[in-house]
Order: sequence, then C-alpha cells, then structure tokens
Amino acid sequence: MATKEGGGLDPIHQFEVKSFIEIIVGGVDLSFTNVSLFMLITTACVIALMALPTSGRALVPGRWQNVAEMCYEFAGNMLRDSAGASGMRFFPLVFSLFMFILIANMLGMFPYFYTVTSQLIVTVVLAMIVFLTVIIAGIRMHGLSFFKLFVPSGVPIYILPLVSLIEVISFISRPVSHSVRLFANMLAGHITLKVFAAFVVSLSALGTVGIIGAILPLGMTVAITALEFLVAALQAYVFAILTCIYLNDAIHPHH
Amino acid sequence: MEAEAAKFIGAGLATIGLAGAGIGVGNLFGQFLSGALRNPSAADGQFARLIFGFAVTEALGIFSLLIALLLLFAV
Repeated sequence: MATKEGGGLDPIHQFEVKSFIEIIVGGVDLSFTNVSLFMLITTACVIALMALPTSGRALVPGRWQNVAEMCYEFAGNMLRDSAGASGMRFFPLVFSLFMFILIANMLGMFPYFYTVTSQLIVTVVLAMIVFLTVIIAGIRMHGLSFFKLFVPSGVPIYILPLVSLIEVISFISRPVSHSVRLFANMLAGHITLKVFAAFVVSLSALGTVGIIGAILPLGMTVAITALEFLVAALQAYVFAILTCIYLNDAIHPHH
Repeated sequence: MEAEAAKFIGAGLATIGLAGAGIGVGNLFGQFLSGALRNPSAADGQFARLIFGFAVTEALGIFSLLIALLLLFAV
C-alpha cells in the first residue's frame, strides 16, 4: 500500500496539496492552494452561520438564529466554567478556534472536499496561537512570577530542580500534543475511510460474487463515516476545552 | 533487510501501542458506568468530563497509529 495502486486507489492521494495560483515571494512559496481555498470557504461558512441568521435580531429566535446562539453559548459556557469570569476576555479567540475547527472538520466530510486540519502545519499554527497567547497573557498579567507555574508548592528543596525541569518539559509538550491530537485524528480517520472505500472498489472488480461481498466493506464505510462525524465534532470540542484549560493556567496560576 | 520490508514491519509493530489506548478507554468508561450505576442522578453532570477524558486518552492511541501511517506512506 506504500506504492500507488491503479487509478489513484491509494489513501494518500486525497491529501495532495495542489496550488491554483503560483505566488513565490523571495524564494518562499506563498501559492494559493486548495488548502487556502478551503480555509477561505471555512471562514466564509462560519461568518455566514453567525452573521446571517442573527441579522434579524429576533427576540424569539428562529431555527438558524437558534443554532448560532447555541454555538455562542456552548463556547461561552465552556470558557466560563474553565477559566472563570476573568477568562472571558479570551472568548473571541476560543470561539473562533472552536468554530473554525468544527466547520473545517465537518466540511472535510463531504466527498472531494479537502480537510484542512489534516495538514500538520495548519494544526501546529492553531496550537502555537494558543501557546503564545498563554505565555504572553501570563507574563503580561503576572510579570515574571508567571514562571512560578513551573515550581509547584510543597516540593522538598532537594528534588526541586528535577521537578521544575519535568514541569518545563511537560509545558513545552503541550502545543505538540495539542496539534498532533487534532492532526492525527483527522488524518487517520480519512485514511481509514479511503482504505475501506478502496476495498469496495477492489472487491467489486472480482465479478458478481465480489459485488455481493463488497456489501461488507460498504457497510463498514458507512459506520466509519458516522464515527468520523462524531470524531470531527469531538476533536473541535477537545481542542477548545484544552485551550480554555491552558488559558486558565495562565490567568490563575496555582501556587 | 530492505528498507521497504523494514517499513512494513515497523508499521505493524507500531500498532501494538493501540492496546494501551484500548485499556485506557475501557477503564475510563467502565469506571464511569460503575459510578453511574451507583449514583444515576449525578451521571449526566459528568458526561462532558467523560467525553473529554476519552478524547485525550484516545489521542495517545492515535499517536501510535500516526507512526504506523507515517511509516507506511510518508517515509
């Protein structure tokens, strides 16, 4: 399966990045690719979902306005429960991250649409936004005593250097796990979908017995698609809730 | 041994890590069910925490699956 099978039946072909408009600035490739296109489509969908229904500002919301309000309240409650009222200053960041990842994952479930979160660079950028916000916000709010985060209280003095080193390493590993979790879930899910779909095609090529037998991988593909919808929503929620937890660590450092 | 064969063997070995994810997720849901059967009214309030714990545990299994996929398709 590491080599390309006949007719693009390999599961890696879907992640190919094709550039539509070549833009090369000083040796750096800034082309407008299919990834860029789908990120623009995601942003347009989020703006349309939030702005269009609420433009009427009905007191009793209709269906779409209800959806927009539910998304807003969901993200708001998630942030308020984790980070408290003083954490609500980060609500635009958390809400944008949550909606972008949710809509990007869901758009990727359509056939022939590109899943932008299945590219590591996209999720790394999102995780670095969170990481840098945590560090900068923590230092701005608490000055250099932000670094007391790495010195937990109640630790005997002789193992304090070791514990601090372990705390620093575990802090640095946060953006790594934050980004790789979303990336690996999306990548593995879509590869699994393509593998089972390829089984349907390759079984059906074996005549009538093959076509009858191809019902099994077809059923599996349907089941995995349902699972992928769940994973898409769940990973957006987990990314957002971890963002809220990391922001809480920055705003309210526990000594 | 050729590199292709080593890649396939490595990918197969990497999937052993998924056993840990299975144990973790099963443990999590088992404890949740056991607690929920003792105190059903408190169960729904903790559902969000359960789903969050499931996602971070599952992530570790997905990391090992990622190594397997990287060996198969990207190295």
